[in-house]
Amino acid sequence: MTNKAPRTLPRKSATLDDYTLSEIRRAASTGIYDIRGGGAKRQLPHFDDLLFLGASMSRYPLEGYRERCGTEVTLGTRFASKPIQLDIPITIAGMSFGSLSGQAKEALGRGANIAGTSTTTGDGGMTPEERGHSKLLVYQYLPSRYGMNPNDLRKADAIEIVVGQGAKPGGGGMLLGQKISDRVAQMRSLPKGIDQRSACRHPDWTGPDDLEIKILELREITNWEKPIYIKVGGARPYYDTALAVKAGADVIVVDGMQGGTAATQDVFIEHVGQPTLACIRPAVQALKDMDMHRKVQLIVSGGIRNGADVAKAMALGADAVSIGSAALVALGDNHPDLEEEYQQLGTTAGAYDDWHEGLDPAGITTQDPKLAARLDPEVAGRRLANYLKVITLEAQTIARACGKNHVHNLEPDDLVALTVESAAMAGVPLSGTSWIPGQND
Amino acid sequence: MASLNLQTLGLRAINAQLNTGDIASGSSWEITEPKGQHAIACGLQADIKVDIRGHVGFYCAGMNQNADVTVHGHAGVGIAENMMSGQVRVTGNASQAAGATAHGGLLVIEGDASSRCGISMKGIDIVVGGSVGHMSAFMAQSGNLVVCGDAGEALGDSIYEARLFVRGKVENLGADCIEKTMTEEHIKTVDDLLKKAGIDGDAKDFKRYGSARQLYNFDIDNADAY
Repeated sequence: MTNKAPRTLPRKSATLDDYTLSEIRRAASTGIYDIRGGGAKRQLPHFDDLLFLGASMSRYPLEGYRERCGTEVTLGTRFASKPIQLDIPITIAGMSFGSLSGQAKEALGRGANIAGTSTTTGDGGMTPEERGHSKLLVYQYLPSRYGMNPNDLRKADAIEIVVGQGAKPGGGGMLLGQKISDRVAQMRSLPKGIDQRSACRHPDWTGPDDLEIKILELREITNWEKPIYIKVGGARPYYDTALAVKAGADVIVVDGMQGGTAATQDVFIEHVGQPTLACIRPAVQALKDMDMHRKVQLIVSGGIRNGADVAKAMALGADAVSIGSAALVALGDNHPDLEEEYQQLGTTAGAYDDWHEGLDPAGITTQDPKLAARLDPEVAGRRLANYLKVITLEAQTIARACGKNHVHNLEPDDLVALTVESAAMAGVPLSGTSWIPGQND
Repeated sequence: MASLNLQTLGLRAINAQLNTGDIASGSSWEITEPKGQHAIACGLQADIKVDIRGHVGFYCAGMNQNADVTVHGHAGVGIAENMMSGQVRVTGNASQAAGATAHGGLLVIEGDASSRCGISMKGIDIVVGGSVGHMSAFMAQSGNLVVCGDAGEALGDSIYEARLFVRGKVENLGADCIEKTMTEEHIKTVDDLLKKAGIDGDAKDFKRYGSARQLYNFDIDNADAY
């Protein structure tokens, strides 16, 4: 034993952790906020905090593979004369040509076709390839109106008016100049190579009363055929849903903060909006209060990864879910095989999110023709179809175990929560108790 | 000229009538008693002439293609929004967001236009006989906005490549919008547009405004301009 006085171990601050320190140094060095793609990465209450109870003495299960468990869903039954019929309750979320390569958009269409579901355009308009490869295509109507024209509107199978998205409720967007190829520039009526800002508000309406009139115009132009969705970020889901119903929506899309974006400030992604889990119950409650549940369909998005997430969203009252980031992973995004190239970009497989830079080695979030050519749309589309079919089967497996012959028959009574927070958010009992925080305490 | 009474026939029937696939090219139509209703004559695709006898509400002639629509009165929000081609004329005044996001065609407002006239315009030509309100040509991408009167605050804020011509006083310019030299080409452009619009004026009396192109690529030292 020495006579030296013992020293405590070096202790790093929990407040100023390594990530925080690196961000301070990055900001000080570059003079620009951190822009990235994807959704919230912080730990959040999520579907993993819920469990299904399964069948027991009080209810009997359905036989797997033998007794039918339906997954089909019809969207747009309120006003549209041509509602959308999907085989599975999982749709592909809006992602633009511009943020994604043409090959990636084609792959999304191919995968969705095989699985029997829809894809969605994004900021920048509809490409002929996208329309050609998507049997069911939802056309996003965004504040920028880049590429927006009535011919494409009429070609769409549904129209999604984007009020906000989960990654950035209340925010606009910016596609940085390095991704603005000749074609992207032409589609957006802007010069090549400049930052393309997308406004945060629509240019010709500002509130739900105006939106009601805008929807009237869109319906008149499309002969009242197309289902009209309203997409909102997970901000005030009860009132946003109620106002969307009032404005005349056929379908409401509620996108929680885990929902991805092509490029937004990290501070926005991580600090604005609510977790997906916290958005569903209020949105469903608003529909029930207006006697519109199952009449106006609810699509939930933001962090949907597997069939359990799908089934849990259904049990809480959603009619369908939408996936974006997970679909990109299915195509090949962040694949470990590309680790060496991710390392060269200063990141690692699984963490790559600088989608705005256009250097994606997977050829998905890029406009570089050489990188984009790496993605085979047929192969990637098949991977997406496989993934969609797997998570559908997973959701069916859970639904059958709960004795349901359709995923829409799942209900909150089939769920318990593992944490007080998730119990309160989802409105289901804390596991092992009958306690629903905020409802019966 | 076929006459359609909006109060008798209703909006759906009239818009459907004007959008039937077999409508005669060059035919003339009149809509009477519009009474400020919204979405009148929107989404027209054929080369037809439509005269609306009275005031209209929001989004009249929205997304117009090829048709020649005249509103004999005042127009509500978003007249000719996202127009692709053709011509829309308002003999009175127009509310906010006239010609918003429009890609082509000619919008003539013989009176005044309210705020955000030509917001995010993407190629349309707009001629305003009177004045325009604040934030007109906000984020205007391309096309020409000719204002024979005055312009309100923040004209051309965050403008891209659209060209703005104002004969009267400009309250102030928005971020990245500056006055530019009127060349012979610009004088000809204004002259042609005034003639097309049927509005008297000497193109040489106009000043030109456009983008300084300083905000085209993000720079932290420009943060106070965003």
